[in-house]
Amino acid sequence: MSKPELKEDKMLEVQFVGDDDVLNHILDREGGAKLKKERAQLLVNAKKIIKKPEYDLEEDDQEVLKDQNYVEVLGQDIQGSLKNGSATDGGNKVYSFQNRKHSEKMAKLASELAKTPRKSVSFNLKNDPEIMINIPQCSKGHPASDKVQLKNNDKGEFLSTTPRGLRKRLMEDDEGVAQECEEDANEVILRPKSQAQNRVVSAPVCKETPSKKMKRDKTSDLVEEYFEAHSSSKVLTSDRTLQKLKRPKLDQQTLRNLLSKVAPSFSAELKQLNQQYEQLFHKWMLQLHLGFNIVLYGLGSKRDLLERFRTSMLQDSVHVVINGFFPGISVKSILNSITQEVLDHTGTFHSVLDQLDWITNKFKEDSSLELFLLIHNLDSQMLRGDKSQQIIGQLSSLQNIYLIASIDHLNAPLMWDHAKQSLYNWLWYETTTYSPYTEETSYENSLLVKQSGSLPLSSLTHVLRSLTPNARGIFRLLSKYQLDNQESPSYAGLSFQDFYQQCREAFLVNSDLTLRAQLTEFRDHKLIRTKKGADGVEYLLIPVDSGTLTDFLEKEEEES
Amino acid sequence: MATSSVSKGCFVFKPNFKKRKISVPIEDYFNKGKDESEDSKLRFETYHLIWQQMKSETQRLQEELNKNLFDSLIEFLQKSHSGFQKNSKDWGSQIKLREIPTAALVLGVNVTDHDLTFRSLTEALQSHVTPYVVSLQSKDCPDVKHFLQKLVSQLMDCCVDVESKEEESAQKKTHCSMDSLSSWYTNVTQKTDPKMPRKKRTSSQWQSPPVVLILKDMESFTTKVLQDFIIISSQHLHEFPLILIFGIATSPIIIHRLLPHAVSSLLCIELFQSLSCKEHLTTVLDKLLLTTQFPFKLSEKVLQILTNIFLYHDFSIQNFIKGLQLSLLEHFYSQPLSVLCCSLPEAKRRIHSLSDNQCENIRRLPSFRRYVEKQASEKQVALLTDERFLKEEAQSLLENLYVYHTNYFLVLRCLHQFTSSLPKYPLGRQIRELYCTCLEKNIWDSEEYASALQLLRMLAKDELMTILEKCFKVFKSSSEKQLGSTAKKIEELLAQFQSLDEAKEEEDTSGSHSKGLQKTDLYHLQKSLLEMKELRRTSKKQTKFEVLREKVVNFIDSLVREYLLPPETQPLHEAVYFSAAHTLREHLNAAPRVALHTALNNPYYYLKNEALKSEEGCIPNVAPDICIAYKLHLECSRLINLVDWSEFIRGTPTTAWLPSSAMSAPGIRTSEPRAAEKRNVRT
Repeated sequence: MSKPELKEDKMLEVQFVGDDDVLNHILDREGGAKLKKERAQLLVNAKKIIKKPEYDLEEDDQEVLKDQNYVEVLGQDIQGSLKNGSATDGGNKVYSFQNRKHSEKMAKLASELAKTPRKSVSFNLKNDPEIMINIPQCSKGHPASDKVQLKNNDKGEFLSTTPRGLRKRLMEDDEGVAQECEEDANEVILRPKSQAQNRVVSAPVCKETPSKKMKRDKTSDLVEEYFEAHSSSKVLTSDRTLQKLKRPKLDQQTLRNLLSKVAPSFSAELKQLNQQYEQLFHKWMLQLHLGFNIVLYGLGSKRDLLERFRTSMLQDSVHVVINGFFPGISVKSILNSITQEVLDHTGTFHSVLDQLDWITNKFKEDSSLELFLLIHNLDSQMLRGDKSQQIIGQLSSLQNIYLIASIDHLNAPLMWDHAKQSLYNWLWYETTTYSPYTEETSYENSLLVKQSGSLPLSSLTHVLRSLTPNARGIFRLLSKYQLDNQESPSYAGLSFQDFYQQCREAFLVNSDLTLRAQLTEFRDHKLIRTKKGADGVEYLLIPVDSGTLTDFLEKEEEES
Repeated sequence: MATSSVSKGCFVFKPNFKKRKISVPIEDYFNKGKDESEDSKLRFETYHLIWQQMKSETQRLQEELNKNLFDSLIEFLQKSHSGFQKNSKDWGSQIKLREIPTAALVLGVNVTDHDLTFRSLTEALQSHVTPYVVSLQSKDCPDVKHFLQKLVSQLMDCCVDVESKEEESAQKKTHCSMDSLSSWYTNVTQKTDPKMPRKKRTSSQWQSPPVVLILKDMESFTTKVLQDFIIISSQHLHEFPLILIFGIATSPIIIHRLLPHAVSSLLCIELFQSLSCKEHLTTVLDKLLLTTQFPFKLSEKVLQILTNIFLYHDFSIQNFIKGLQLSLLEHFYSQPLSVLCCSLPEAKRRIHSLSDNQCENIRRLPSFRRYVEKQASEKQVALLTDERFLKEEAQSLLENLYVYHTNYFLVLRCLHQFTSSLPKYPLGRQIRELYCTCLEKNIWDSEEYASALQLLRMLAKDELMTILEKCFKVFKSSSEKQLGSTAKKIEELLAQFQSLDEAKEEEDTSGSHSKGLQKTDLYHLQKSLLEMKELRRTSKKQTKFEVLREKVVNFIDSLVREYLLPPETQPLHEAVYFSAAHTLREHLNAAPRVALHTALNNPYYYLKNEALKSEEGCIPNVAPDICIAYKLHLECSRLINLVDWSEFIRGTPTTAWLPSSAMSAPGIRTSEPRAAEKRNVRT
């Protein structure tokens, strides 16, 4: 960045503006105010930066300070602020780009892993200082012992098994960096390209670069990050999939059992945290009664906490528990359960608004009515809509309806504009529990659990085993064809005529009647599906994902 | 009963004993939370009392502030409607009849406060202008049909009494057109005509009261709906006297942006501007906090947070009041001695009945300890051992605190009079800024104060006099004796200024004599001017006015130094000042994002386990899985291959990775990142 700055003085205006535009474009994301500051700084400090590289550091610090300005204005720095995290981090980290510098590390690591035998895996890591440093698990407190251990174990193999490719790449990378340093003021414009090239060659950039590169100030980093984030260059990923693991998928029950065996770490501390929150129950009740509503936020499932609140405080009062994470939840169903079950109303309503009006009137008329609403995940997919929030907000604004809810999404507060916020009249409580979202995610499918909807491998083989060899051959033919064609997006299935032709050629059937009989049997076992194409031709399809199909074929191969 | 199911998401729990209401009194929640709760019941009652007083005071203020606006609005409505009345008789000006009288009410961006304003507006209109006031919100009116339906139903509701309600509700659904509305209107007016003289003598001059329609949030109405409605109703205006009121949050230009000329020409718009919310805040602060009427006070940090939330976030008085309520609640909830936070005689009485525990609480107060240390040794002993002596002492201390506050606010206002007109406002333009500075520290130590005094020393006479007069009024307004002498002093100063006027005239005449200018050349002039300048600098002979001005400045300075001590210096201030600013910010202005970030990046912050201490940017390997997963995700966010990941975990020595968990199946760990991604990363 120092270079474009230098040029600024003597060069054309045009170039400067272009640079500026880029900045504009990037920095917009971080908010306009900051942009202005930074730009001003750039102009002022351009020369200083060149003179003394260390200045850079200072400036970064200042940057952080500036970010904090607003925060400080809000009194964030009040001493003894127990909760809300260490706000001293400033917005810088929380709101910044994701660090994209090492985006391919994982992929690269994976490919190395795949290539080398297991023993050298750990060693490989060691060899590449970059990876070693940047993998988070290697905390600075511990690596020393690990390293020693590893060295003792693997010293013999150290030299011999180093993948040559890796070393080479590192060297190339150095060259690349050198080249980059020679580039002129157009650097900013050219950077994406050079970055891309570098990246294709290899990932590590930062740590090994000469000090020159360190001179870049923050803006330059941002530019870089921007292009890295938006570059369309192909990312090197490993193509290994879960199916390739020679491990049967677990069903839901086993997975749950296994998970329950894993004791969470720091249970003592977690318990203490939870106790801390439980002491607030009385306060919550008080504040709910005084017209506030309570929203819980923070990492970890808050369901258990709310359940405890419910069982300890709400036993004697009417309350409704609403699982926002339930996929079928809707405002309508919430209102229905209030009208039908709480208020014992049997009639129906024209619209949700009518229903809301009715409830409002009911609660306003009878001041002795009291209702607690507990909503787990107020920010869930189904409830986060504007209308839903408006209605829930209106409910909660009633004098004798008390709402206590939890939110989890990072941007959940964006759901509420000022009007809604005043309806809700929130009091925020941070309850970081670190507990797993077991219940909340139970409606989602896990990759590790076999999907009940699709046909799993075991049943496939089971059915096939009971068939005649010919029938198996027919099925294999179809599955092979499907695998061959799976890449093409327009593949609709194998037409019956073609299939018949192929089967005849393989001496599997002698007439289309026998084939049809076979297909009927397949269809009865849900092994295939038929579709009528646009031209009226019947197409055959196996409703199984390609991974399972490949496995199946491999198994078949082994058996025969 | 479980609260999870695969078939439903709502679970209703009703206590078994049906309708047996044993609603726990709220006070119980007030004390139960704390183990040893002193006078919690009394505290809660005091809270309730003070809050009710504050609430009614704010409402009164709100009404007062809106009064001007409402008056002019009502005047406009009456004027425009009287036009209708006349027109309806002589049919003279047809053109005027086509225009719907419209009041555009610019209310500012603090949308949350609007509701209250509209509510009181409706009341005011109903009592002064017409019984037919309808207010609609944009969300109720997605199209003209709904619009009319709402209008009709509300109109019917607001005039029809208990009788024939059934009938009306049946009507509601059948026809909701402008025709039916106007026929209804003629019906109603005719029906009520004979009744009118009896019922409402005040508005009896109107045979047909107008129908006022308030559109609360004009900006968010669909343009189509608005246009259609305006066109339709303008056709019926001669039989259905409609008056519109637009609630506008942004700027009046929006009317022309929403409505094309053809439509807006059907309106006869008059603009009304409500008081700015900042002024509103100033009044609220003035009447709630800068007064001895309410014993409860806010510390500097708390006040800062509340005003900042107001200024930076929403401009909402409503929210400000909410913050005030919360701080009041927190104060009474957390501070056992808040029982003394009430009117002075009441507090004195309460001191007598304080328990031993409470006395101990008093002794533990830092401000009280400081006070004790300053006393003579035998008095110290007495204070620390003798309960009765302590109570008596506390009484006098409370009285001192009360006197301190009275003087404090008077002097504060006085100082504000002086500083608010200075160029560049070194001590702030608003009294709240000045108040904050004074609360924070000794104001006379600050640079701003010094520069303000500097500027005061340059004021002209008339400015100074007006300020002094204002101060005089301030002091006069209070009935307190303590500062009565100050008022007298100011009066004296004012008199001196006046006498200065007369004296000065004489001086002027004498001065002009000596300065007889002779003709001279440029060089000599320059020289003599330079000499004069030099002379002035060295022998700076002060005029009488300057002496007097100096006197005034010194006077105000001494007042400030004497009375504007920060509250921390006062013993027992903890009983009335709420200072837990961080709790307030936590609950009102929370930062969920920061909390998530910290929980993921720095688990030590929450778990307080030494093993989790780590340097910036690293995550210890014993951290909860989700933190590790998040960190890894940050490293390579675009694509995470679960297989590689799990293989990697299995491949590395478990000691380096997971000392705790038994790795029965590596796959298990991969389910963690999914949760992490789902919850935190899906931005």
